[in-house]
Amino acid sequence: MNGKCLKLSAFLKISIGINLLILSVPSTLYAQDWVRTGTNLGVQKVRLAAANFKAGSTDSQTTPLKTVFDTTLFNDLKNAGVFDMVSKSMAPPQTPGGPQEINLSAWATAPSSAEMVAFGSLSVGDGRVTVQGFLFDTKNTQTPQILGKQYADAASEENTRRIAHHFADEIILRLGGGLNGICETRIYFVSNRTGNKEIWAMDYDGQDQHAVTHLGSISISPRVSPDNSRVAFSSLGKDGWSIRMYSLELGRLVNFTSPRGTTLSPAWTSDGGKLAFSSSETGDNEIYTTDASGGGLHRVTAFRGPDVSPVWNPKSNSQIAWVSGRSGLPQIYIMDSDGANVQRMTDGGYATSPSWSPNGQFLAFAWDRKYGPGAPGGQDIYIMDIASKRWIQLTHEAGANDFPSWSPDGRHIVFQRAQDGRTEIWSMLADGTGQQQLTHEGWNAMPNWSWK
Amino acid sequence: MDGRRKFFFCSALVKSQMARERPKKITPKEETVQIVSRGLLHRRSLTLAAGMAALFVVAGCSKKAAPPPPPPPITNNGPAPTATITATPGVINAGGTVILSWRTTDASDVSIDGIGAVPSAGTRTVQPTESTNYHLVAKGSGGSTDATARVTVNAAPAPVSNLSESDVTDSTFHQNVKDVFFDYDSYDIRADAQSTISSDANFLNQHPTLKVVIGGYCDERGSTEYNLALGENRANAAKQGLVTAGVSPDRLRTVSYGKEKQFCTEHDESCWQLNRRAQFSMDK
Repeated sequence: MNGKCLKLSAFLKISIGINLLILSVPSTLYAQDWVRTGTNLGVQKVRLAAANFKAGSTDSQTTPLKTVFDTTLFNDLKNAGVFDMVSKSMAPPQTPGGPQEINLSAWATAPSSAEMVAFGSLSVGDGRVTVQGFLFDTKNTQTPQILGKQYADAASEENTRRIAHHFADEIILRLGGGLNGICETRIYFVSNRTGNKEIWAMDYDGQDQHAVTHLGSISISPRVSPDNSRVAFSSLGKDGWSIRMYSLELGRLVNFTSPRGTTLSPAWTSDGGKLAFSSSETGDNEIYTTDASGGGLHRVTAFRGPDVSPVWNPKSNSQIAWVSGRSGLPQIYIMDSDGANVQRMTDGGYATSPSWSPNGQFLAFAWDRKYGPGAPGGQDIYIMDIASKRWIQLTHEAGANDFPSWSPDGRHIVFQRAQDGRTEIWSMLADGTGQQQLTHEGWNAMPNWSWK
Repeated sequence: MDGRRKFFFCSALVKSQMARERPKKITPKEETVQIVSRGLLHRRSLTLAAGMAALFVVAGCSKKAAPPPPPPPITNNGPAPTATITATPGVINAGGTVILSWRTTDASDVSIDGIGAVPSAGTRTVQPTESTNYHLVAKGSGGSTDATARVTVNAAPAPVSNLSESDVTDSTFHQNVKDVFFDYDSYDIRADAQSTISSDANFLNQHPTLKVVIGGYCDERGSTEYNLALGENRANAAKQGLVTAGVSPDRLRTVSYGKEKQFCTEHDESCWQLNRRAQFSMDK
């Protein structure tokens, strides 16, 4: 290790001129192929236009709901990360309501140059909203239709957004390499907006934020079950921290047997059958596993120092990544779920909050590579290719970032960012681009992306 | 552990190789030095001028007195230093300890009466036997300033053994069972904490029916979940210390608060130190 250092420093001395080049690399690093391929962002981007839908009725709700629909559909497709979207200002001044009304060549030629067009109509009548949506291939003039869908529901903003999400996911499934879109997924998080830290939920795009728990204590680390039926989290009670289980179907807490001691950071297997968490029954936090109701408690680690924040490899459910302080500052480790084959992944600094990518290939985590007393400390989100231990930094010089969580399509990461005295939830594509803030009120942290 | 040090060493090395701006950084320091020495020269020449003026006055007594020397020009040698000092708690009983924490800016020479020269910012645990004013003087190129923190020491408490359990209030409990403080990212009991634990255990052993909750706390830095585990380790380290000193573990309960309940909310080392602690309370 020392030898390597000396070599490196000698190299730097010789090639000071090259230093500038090296320093300028990070801005292009995120485009590395292994990241784009592993995160399913490497597909050829389809040039896609989303036309404003045609108003199919004169009901007074039509215009506001159509605005919601058009905005939601465009943002969903833009957020997907696999389209080269035609900006609305480049689109032909047409709102085709159906297959007979579209002039494909107008969309296919510059400046829109679209390969695909999504279009249709929205009407409101008798308190119901009806949407007809189409997806056409501009190059295939004989049989251009790829998709034709009709949706109807009670007329409300929320339902209209849901219809737009549904239609967007259909398009993403067809054109985005066969992966399900994430427009109908949700994000669970912690917010103090009621005066206490409670578990909250919102749509993937930050819409419809609402409190899930009302316990009046401190509740943190929400982890939703793979079937979206329950949220496991950690809560402070009279006897300290325990794992609690909230049923989203029943709207109340349900039974979970939490061990004594400080019990933290639950994590589900991808089949929903087991949980891993950290508990201090021995006085020192170790990783344990149980079944989904807290039975069959099994201790996995036994080493002096904090062990916390486990996550399962969702591909196999036979490995666990977690944070351990056994060698000093916290580092990311992985092991088999029976405690064998412990492997340290990070080589220094302060590394926490691992999240295992859906395809099993990557870990996302928070890392402060120069952590220490007096160090300025930029805590950023990184992802690491587990097999090669190659890593890449996704956030740069923007506050302290923590608690990354993968979206089910592996193309997005949600995380918390503390900046300018505020802590908010942000999302980004898994190559670090497209960062956007999802919360704007109160203190919001520890996001967890639903599995579907 | 060793690997980690190597890593830091390595990154430091790389850093120094890459720090091509270094000469620039040194410049302001040199400037300060020059300004100080110029200031000294200036003062010397002023003294000289005053002395010569006095000579003139003495020599030419019948003559019109020489004009008074011009007022010393205002020399702007740099920003005036600032200093703050606090003592926590401000009132103790004899035998208790107090944490002094201070902070200065633009000062090159900082001292506290009775303690001597100290770093420009820091904390120190003191055990005054009588009421004391901790007077801090900070001197810099821009002048000097001072700040004072007063600690009131009450007369020695009545021998604790005379207190029956029912008489122990929260405040007598806290006067006798002191909090334990920890180093950064550590849950090892420090030497100063060891003596605190001994006297804490002494009091608890004299009041064998008192039950105690030990809260483990961390500073605001680092990640929420890891800090909760670290806080548990701190509370447990304090508990083990008391058990070793003869307190029954059945009387002791630990709760980690991690960084969820910050005692001090400034973003500096003196505050972080106050937050990195195991705190004892009566378990009611």
